[in-house]
Amino acid sequence: MNEELFVSGRNIPNIDPYLNIWHWQIPIYLYLGGLAAGIMFFAGYFTVMRKEKDMEATVKWAPFLVPGVLVLGLFALFLDLKHQLYFWRLYTTIRFESPMSWGAWTLMLITPLSFVWAASYMKELFPKWDWKFNILNKVESLAIKYREFLAWMMMLLAIVLGVYTGILLSAFNARPLWNTSILGPLFLVSGLSTGLATAMWMSKSKYERKVLSRLDLIMIFVELFLIIHLLMGFLAASEVQIEAAQLFLGGEFTAVFWSFVIILGLAFPATLEILELRGYHIPVWIPALLILIGGLVFRFVMVEAGQITRFLY
Amino acid sequence: MRYAMAIDTKKCVGCGDCVVACQTENNVPHGYCRDWIVENVNGSYPNVEIELRSERCNHCDNSPCVRCCPTGASHIIEGGIVKVTHNECIGCGACIQSCPYDARYSHPDGYVDKCTFCDHRLEKGQSTACVEVCPTNCLYFGDLEDPNSDVSKALKNRKWKVLAPEAGTKPQLYFLT
Ligand code: SF4
Ligand code: SF4
Repeated sequence: MNEELFVSGRNIPNIDPYLNIWHWQIPIYLYLGGLAAGIMFFAGYFTVMRKEKDMEATVKWAPFLVPGVLVLGLFALFLDLKHQLYFWRLYTTIRFESPMSWGAWTLMLITPLSFVWAASYMKELFPKWDWKFNILNKVESLAIKYREFLAWMMMLLAIVLGVYTGILLSAFNARPLWNTSILGPLFLVSGLSTGLATAMWMSKSKYERKVLSRLDLIMIFVELFLIIHLLMGFLAASEVQIEAAQLFLGGEFTAVFWSFVIILGLAFPATLEILELRGYHIPVWIPALLILIGGLVFRFVMVEAGQITRFLY
Repeated sequence: MRYAMAIDTKKCVGCGDCVVACQTENNVPHGYCRDWIVENVNGSYPNVEIELRSERCNHCDNSPCVRCCPTGASHIIEGGIVKVTHNECIGCGACIQSCPYDARYSHPDGYVDKCTFCDHRLEKGQSTACVEVCPTNCLYFGDLEDPNSDVSKALKNRKWKVLAPEAGTKPQLYFLT
């Protein structure tokens, strides 16, 4: 028998009996960050490829959601803070060693960019739109002129943002489930996939949906591959990481992980997309919604499960 | 200067005086604590071993909590003491996640709080509250770089271990075994 007890009766809220300091706000923040990154990346990509005409929903319509998504995400982060009056302290320093810090700064750069991008399509999509102030008209014409540059910026920042949502967790060596470098690319790919799903859902053109769903299939397969890698890596690592993997392989999180993330969130929508590409008619919102929910559940599971894993001594 | 503490697990009786002394000295809110006592029971009767450990922040040499802090609220002062500046802390919880020893907590007022090695007492030439109150004298504190400090002397003649060295934080609490 090996037993550890706090004989001094330690029972600190949110720390004991197991760590639970991050609640729903952080997974939502990570999810919305990934979603915004996904939408922006492909909007930028198809602009650079000069496919704006064929990919209207991806390049023009979906990015209208991004400013809202990012603002909501930042708001969720704000809600997570326990010393909220000091929020501004985040923006009086940059600390590159701290993912929380450079991530907050990335959001500070990408959010205005998303507004400018959406604004640059306002008049085209809503011909009656009027900016009222001359300066805004000037900004718009500048944005239209330098759209390709903006597209490159968006792609770059979207990748940083997407990877950041994973690195925020993986930088914590103290939580064995998070402490794997695969989390960066994994969250990026998952974010890209949710972005594609959103654009797919909004698209009215058959051609566009086909292109997007092909891309999405690739993302899903990469994601599955990375998840397998993640688990294999854990099983081949130290005891604390083996235990972390066990949470998904028979432990507490097995049911939700396999049913909502792997099957309903990845495998099933992938099957539907394949059927659709083969010519069966499948309402597009079904795979899109499943992917979006799967991504959300994935963030929740990772944040929750990670906090209960720890070093043993 | 490198402050550190040695804890004699053979002499500790688990009375909890250090916990109460710290709570009083540092005004720790009710229901919280900066130090605590762990009883580790190994084996079963008649082959059973008990280890009692008075634990607190390890003031790690390679402190992840300082690295991950987005505002610089978590910082290191002279002697390697890891501290939190309350009015710079935004309460994001990153440092709490980063600590392998769960040595930090979120104060009801919002900021993050933890053991300070009683730096306010050290300034006045006193030792930490927990060390001074310990009835069995099982806690040794001082400067590791000074061979005549209590902690250096305690470590010289005894076997010791640190907790979870594999976490890579280079903890500075030494448990005499
Ligand atoms: S024990 Fe935890 S809080 Fe203390 S210095 Fe080490 S990592 Fe930071
Ligand atoms: S909770 Fe405070 S001390 Fe901890 S990382 Fe966040 S800002 Fe820094």
